[in-house]
Amino acid sequence: MENTMISCENLVYDNHMHTLTGTAFHYCPGCGHGVAHKVIMEVVQEMGIQEQTVGVAPVGCSVFAYHYMNVDMQEAAHGRASAVATGIRRVLPDKFVFSYQGDGDLAAIGTAETIHTVNRGENILMIFVNNGIYGMTGGQMAPTTLAGAVTSTSPRGRDIAVSGSPIKITDMLAMLPGAYYVTRQSIHNPNAVRKLKKAIRLGFEYQKLKKGTCFIEVVSNCPSGWKMTPVESMKWMEENMFPYYPLGDIKLPAQPIPVNNN
Amino acid sequence: MNRNESEVRLMKGNEAMAEAAIRVGIHAYFGYPITPQSEVLEYLMEEMPEDGGVVLQAESEVASINMVYGAAGAGTRVMTSSSSPGISLMQEGISYIAAAELPCLIVNVNRGGPGLGTIQPSQGDYFQSVKGGGHGDYRLLVLAPNSVQEMVDFVFEGFRLAEKYRNPILLLADGALGQMMEKVELPPAGSLPHVVPEWATRGKAANRSQNIVTSLHIEPENMEKVNIHLQAKYETMKVEVRSESLNTEDAEIVLVAYGLSARIAEKACDLAREKGIRAGLLRPITLFPYPEAAIGALAESGNVENFLVLEMNAGQMVEDVRLAVNGRKPVHFYGRMGGMIPSPEDVLHEIEKIVEHSSVKA
Repeated sequence: MENTMISCENLVYDNHMHTLTGTAFHYCPGCGHGVAHKVIMEVVQEMGIQEQTVGVAPVGCSVFAYHYMNVDMQEAAHGRASAVATGIRRVLPDKFVFSYQGDGDLAAIGTAETIHTVNRGENILMIFVNNGIYGMTGGQMAPTTLAGAVTSTSPRGRDIAVSGSPIKITDMLAMLPGAYYVTRQSIHNPNAVRKLKKAIRLGFEYQKLKKGTCFIEVVSNCPSGWKMTPVESMKWMEENMFPYYPLGDIKLPAQPIPVNNN
Repeated sequence: MNRNESEVRLMKGNEAMAEAAIRVGIHAYFGYPITPQSEVLEYLMEEMPEDGGVVLQAESEVASINMVYGAAGAGTRVMTSSSSPGISLMQEGISYIAAAELPCLIVNVNRGGPGLGTIQPSQGDYFQSVKGGGHGDYRLLVLAPNSVQEMVDFVFEGFRLAEKYRNPILLLADGALGQMMEKVELPPAGSLPHVVPEWATRGKAANRSQNIVTSLHIEPENMEKVNIHLQAKYETMKVEVRSESLNTEDAEIVLVAYGLSARIAEKACDLAREKGIRAGLLRPITLFPYPEAAIGALAESGNVENFLVLEMNAGQMVEDVRLAVNGRKPVHFYGRMGGMIPSPEDVLHEIEKIVEHSSVKA
């Protein structure tokens, strides 16, 4: 289906990674999902853990993550990815298990599953792509939509008195003892992508220690939902999202663990 | 306790079922406390051997059923149990599990509803169990035990069927079966070997393509094909239909009842026979597939004049009996609701009314 919808004529990067299927992303031009997918799979490839990795895809724009990520995957119901990942990891305790979830999935409908998964310290990596909007359903207000931001369900801007403040769920989760490594990264420039990749590498490496949940928020963009060009959306993200969702590590392991970076 | 041998014990239904789960070799159980089935989780927490399966108390039934999804998708033998309100919460996950064709065992120790209802036994979840409580065209294979022994036997049978058909199996009990103690024979551990299925998501081996567990088929042409496949599977599952007949050969009135109601109906039939009324019982053991042929054959029988359906609800299975009888004989209904259990004498009274009315007409 994807191949008939999207032409590869403008492909600027030739994929030789065996951890990506080679299927062209269905994401809108400029969307951060493709970058996040690729970085995760680069880490899986570099660590040589494709055969030991199971991913869980959410409901949201990245619902078809398994079309691109060439690892065994399960598609979860909306919000339930961390419960599904819990089920997988508990019966396969020596495998690498990650969930990939958007803001509506992880921080609205799946809030209970998210909090309790981290509170139990499930030895999984949760990757939380926060673009502050429901992309797949057409640009509705998300739990992380900034105050005053216009969406199709907040046409006069998000009113805090009515809808509450955008939830900083990553900071909340960092307070839980079960959280082992919590960080907020982004995809807005090559340097940020490199930092994100380093964080994802840690998130996978730490799973070997069985010390708790690794949680990586990826502040991302949604040019279509935000009704901006990709370049405008990156700028808007830097100017508006980062002040509210500041980038950087939120919780580091108590004692730094040497990580093999070969 | 030596689980490598069969053993006869006096046990509560919920605990016997949990012991059966250990003996069938579950790799994982995920559950949340709710009366009247909390003993399942309690027993497993206490009794699961160190090297046995995972037992995890989840934060909700929503989480439990999605953990079941994940573990079943990883190719392991997994179960959950709950009671009516909790089973309602699981319906989303059950639809996904049915659609993704994941084998697992789900136990509903039915209590009185609707709403928060009562903790007393009920059969009010028949529609939800057999007609599809979640969204979309799917079916569960539903086993209805009427004894503590069958609570045990159907754990083994449930997993055998789940793995044979790649389908979730619902064991539909009720609060009385869960709480009552009876003599039970526990089968030896290891009597149902488990094979890791090739479709399981356990890490993509280099020599195969990725395994994907999903229920998403966005193109309607594909989604229809999946539906056609599922419906064809449900047709093949119909060979698993099971029912039990008691004294129906010469019966003038046939009672139809499952689970606890069948125990009451059996006693009522005995009381009726003592009064010279030729009463018999047809007990559906599988509620899907439904024993419509067995009921249809009785509807054709020359000696059967009436059917009486006994349920602990407002009249749910009676609709399926009427479909099976298809107008050939009158189908009556008697039930109690909200956790009330009908007595054999109540049922006898109904039998007498029906037979009397029938003879007046004749």
